Amino acid sequence: MGKLSRMVDTDALHAWIREFARLVEQHQDLLTELDSAIGDADHGANLHRGMSAVVEVLRAETPSTPAELFKRTGMTLVSTVGGASGPLYGTAFLRMSATAGEAETLDAGDLAKILRAALEGVVTRGKAQAGDKTMYDALAPAVRALEEAVGTGQPLAEALDAAARAAERGREATTAMIARKGRASYLGERSAGHPDPGATSVTYLVVAAATALA
Amino acid sequence: MAEMKKLINDPAHVVADALRGVAAAHPELRVDHEQRVIFRADAPVRGKVGLVSGGGSGHEPLHGGFVGPGMLDAACAGEIFTSPVPDQMVAATRGVDGGAGVLHIVKNYTGDVLNFEMAAEIVAADTGTEVLSVITDDDVAVQDSLYTAGRRGVGGTVLVEKLAGAAAEEGRTLGDVAAVARKANDNGRSMGLALTSCTVPAAGRPTFELPAGEMEVGIGIHGEPGRRRVPLATAAEAAEMLVAPILADLDFTGSPVIAFVNGMGATPLLELYVLYQEVATILEKSGVRIARSLVGPYITSLDMAGASVTLLRADDEILRLWDAPVRTPGLRWGS
Repeated sequence: MGKLSRMVDTDALHAWIREFARLVEQHQDLLTELDSAIGDADHGANLHRGMSAVVEVLRAETPSTPAELFKRTGMTLVSTVGGASGPLYGTAFLRMSATAGEAETLDAGDLAKILRAALEGVVTRGKAQAGDKTMYDALAPAVRALEEAVGTGQPLAEALDAAARAAERGREATTAMIARKGRASYLGERSAGHPDPGATSVTYLVVAAATALA
Repeated sequence: MAEMKKLINDPAHVVADALRGVAAAHPELRVDHEQRVIFRADAPVRGKVGLVSGGGSGHEPLHGGFVGPGMLDAACAGEIFTSPVPDQMVAATRGVDGGAGVLHIVKNYTGDVLNFEMAAEIVAADTGTEVLSVITDDDVAVQDSLYTAGRRGVGGTVLVEKLAGAAAEEGRTLGDVAAVARKANDNGRSMGLALTSCTVPAAGRPTFELPAGEMEVGIGIHGEPGRRRVPLATAAEAAEMLVAPILADLDFTGSPVIAFVNGMGATPLLELYVLYQEVATILEKSGVRIARSLVGPYITSLDMAGASVTLLRADDEILRLWDAPVRTPGLRWGS
């Protein structure tokens, strides 16, 4: 895999997952509040339960490769989160695992490919499109920003920072959207005016990468 | 706000405690407490298509109360109003595989659909078990399906589980049983209303506010808001609000109909019969002939007061399957 930019190893990726878990715990109430406005008020609790389980699993037996780390994370989320978020986050991490392959370290270009695979997994599983007011609307701009930054040769830290800012802008943009997927869609126009909980939590995933991998 | 009054020990353990109660009350069922799956005690039944359903808890007797001869072989219990996870569905699917394949009956909610989909993929990758899925989506309250997750699976699901269960009991193939389930779903339509909200034990307060003197028409079964809020009406007016959109959605005049009046959890049977009588009157005036009926709380929303109406367009096959014996905690007739 890549050789020019800085490489991240399994330990660094492990730190990314832990930082994501920390952000989910810190913002658990906000996620639940956003979900009670347009969904069924369980996103914060469900994702926190899942990420706590992930942290435990990874602590009990530290994976030796990025692929193994992502696979354990994905499998654990599928088994513990429930709702729609479990399969969506689970599929995203399992696709990341498949894309990481045999690599022991990843560069910025590899990370862009891995997050692109995660996005494709979310699309395949959830059938979401741009503007449906889902996690897609934060993750897709983040992946595009990361790919652009990598394409222009920016260092990893700047590239991930650009991705995090793009995710945050994408999340903000979901506020005005009318939900077309999931339980929020039953609300029709009443779903506008609140940011999407899934777009919010996936923004934490990208922000955590910028914090832990830079 | 009024304090929550529920017969529970601990809000966090309601589902686990209830499953222990199911196991204690029904020796003809086997409960896997770790995976939270209720099985027929004699599962897998050799040569019979296995029927698996499941979903969030809080809708009892759906689904666990419909496990038994003539209906489901296994049901997965999720947390309250939260889909079960694929591990549970995989355990259920393996446990009911009698060599003739397994049918998943899934209510159309994003979480349920995605988790069952993953479970089917895992089973397909691991074993040779053939799995088909039928998704129920009978709720006419969700109108604009292009811009939503599609219609919700509600009351029609009970009828689908009964009819597909009878077809499986007859020894029909997986493809046939799935076709019966699809036919039942395609010919069924439902509409519900709420007089009160419901209280999820862990939340401790009502899911939405519904002031005295008002009711919500077009509700789902998770306390999600409905189509519109109207002043509290009489049973006759309420029946009209529920039946009219169903008849507007599908022509029920050409065939015999199974009429199902369902209680949402806190509405007494006495009121459900008052409503049924009004529904029957409207149907008669509209030229719809009721061939079979079902009245009672079969797909509930915790302690919500309210009711739903489901109509299913039947034919000779559907009526024969409906009349076939069924022996479950929630539905039981024939020999």
